[in-house]
Amino acid sequence: MNAAMSDDAPLLAVQDLTVTLRTPRGPAPAVRGLDFALRRGEKLGIVGESGCGKSMTALALMGLLPDGAAVTGRIGLEGQDLLALPEAALCRIRGNRIGMIFQEPMTSLNPLHRIGRQVAEPLRLHRGLDAGAARARAIELLDRVGIPDAARRADAYPHELSGGQRQRAMIALALSCDPAVLIADEPTTALDVTIQGQILDLIEDLVEERGMALILISHDLGVIGEVVDRVMVMYGGMAVERGPVDAVFDRLTHPYSQGLFAALPKLRQDRGAAARLRTIPGRVPELADLPAGCPFTPRCPIAEERCGVVPPPVVTVQAGHEAVCHRVERALEGVFGPGVRS
Amino acid sequence: MAEAVAATRPGAAARRAWLARALRHPSFVAGGILTLLLVGVALLSLVWTPYEPTSMDLKARYAPVSWSHLLGTDRFGRDVLSNIMAGAQLSIAVGVVAVLIGVTLGSALGLWAAARKGWVEELVMRFSDFAFAFPAILSAIMITVILGPGAVNSILAIGIFNIPVFARLTRAAANSVWTREFVLAARAAGKGGFRITVEHVLPNILSVILVQATIQFAIAILAEAALSYLGIGSQPPQPSWGRMLNEAQLQMYKNAWLAIYPGIAIAVSVLGLNLLGDGLRDLTDPRLVRQR
Repeated sequence: MNAAMSDDAPLLAVQDLTVTLRTPRGPAPAVRGLDFALRRGEKLGIVGESGCGKSMTALALMGLLPDGAAVTGRIGLEGQDLLALPEAALCRIRGNRIGMIFQEPMTSLNPLHRIGRQVAEPLRLHRGLDAGAARARAIELLDRVGIPDAARRADAYPHELSGGQRQRAMIALALSCDPAVLIADEPTTALDVTIQGQILDLIEDLVEERGMALILISHDLGVIGEVVDRVMVMYGGMAVERGPVDAVFDRLTHPYSQGLFAALPKLRQDRGAAARLRTIPGRVPELADLPAGCPFTPRCPIAEERCGVVPPPVVTVQAGHEAVCHRVERALEGVFGPGVRS
Repeated sequence: MAEAVAATRPGAAARRAWLARALRHPSFVAGGILTLLLVGVALLSLVWTPYEPTSMDLKARYAPVSWSHLLGTDRFGRDVLSNIMAGAQLSIAVGVVAVLIGVTLGSALGLWAAARKGWVEELVMRFSDFAFAFPAILSAIMITVILGPGAVNSILAIGIFNIPVFARLTRAAANSVWTREFVLAARAAGKGGFRITVEHVLPNILSVILVQATIQFAIAILAEAALSYLGIGSQPPQPSWGRMLNEAQLQMYKNAWLAIYPGIAIAVSVLGLNLLGDGLRDLTDPRLVRQR
């Protein structure tokens, strides 16, 4: 399909993506000037807490933003600018060239349709397969994602499958047309911990096997660290830190990234006074109230006056690892007290 | 797991299980029996009634209950039982046609509103609000007066009144389906609004529409009786429960049964349909189904 494109041309190139939501309190920037590119086989993780704009980014990529959201910038998928396409053309791309897995496998399958039919639908829609061929392909896919006895399970209804199996079926559905880009929005959050690992492994295998690009969205640093090669930390709609996952995790720079990491529960933590979970003080501000400068200013322990006013610069910490912060040197000394950073 | 799949394997087995559950549901069974009775009587009256419903026997006016006239006769000596049986035809015809008009047009509007949102939704909803501002029977009276009295026009009037009922219900139910994640997933799979409406929204709200249809059926029977009672519904000599009530009220103190029998016929039909609707609502709610 992409024979015309050289292997190192990005499949997905996002430039200056900005999403503005209409709220009762005025326009709220949900995503602010996001840039990234993904090549074949690359895996990008987007981390951040609820409301940081990670899901809005995913919906913007799919062209499924809620009514009243305004998008600017450019989303180039295999050389086409998705933002310039009419809805009918987007329908032909969704589920075909770009697939998405959702957080809740319980609710993202239609309860009234059999699994096999739901997995087969994109094939009939985009590939024009007849019912028989689509079903055969759906069974192959269900088998590939690890649903036992796929030929029989294809006739099951969603409520007859376990959560993990439903998520496997969702993955089969999202991959049915061999998309170039797969977006997984918190794909394991609703699942048992034991199942989480299996699902992540499956996604990883499939991405490698099919040479797709993956965007994995999660609030869970553990999940991100396990799967992706590049990570982007988002806060208040901005990418505050990004880079190769090892480099970033090794030298967490942005105060928010450090806070996110400090908030992870640790098994070896000393009991007693220090046993309380660390949290980042304050909470995510309303989007409409974000400061003009760095969005993290109100919660940042090392914020200065200029932080809230002047948009922070992009600072290269090491090759490929960037943080968007006025006080990178100070931040690298550690922000949330001792023991937070190595 | 394997058994679970086999047990709910679609087709005959699932249908049998549903039927078994339905037959244990008291209001579904009671409502079903009463509704079948109504339909059965109407069908029977097409081929047989004890007397010709319109034939008068002036020697037997106000005949009391007897073996020759099981429910007596009215002021023209017409057999009450025959008239009640024949009156069921009109009630059912009104119910079926009026509900069909309401369901097809109203649900289509509601689905359209939910799929398109924006000005389409505003327009449909304001139209419904406007129609709802008038009490049901009043709007039916207005429409009948405009169109002229008669059975066909009263059916149309009741049907038109049903359109906003179904438009609102369908839009509300469809909107809630549109916010479900599987619709987002369907959109992410590349389906357009029409496909999603037909494949995902409609099947998920069909039971709601069906339940409302049985209830509107009952309301249509009542409305037809009311219109006929007021003299703007079906015209003589067509047998009608509403007109029997009207004619009977002059004799309320001397020959009360003339009012009681059609009254019972209306009450039983409406009760049966309402019970049936209640039962269907319980039986088609997938959440309740799974809990059992």
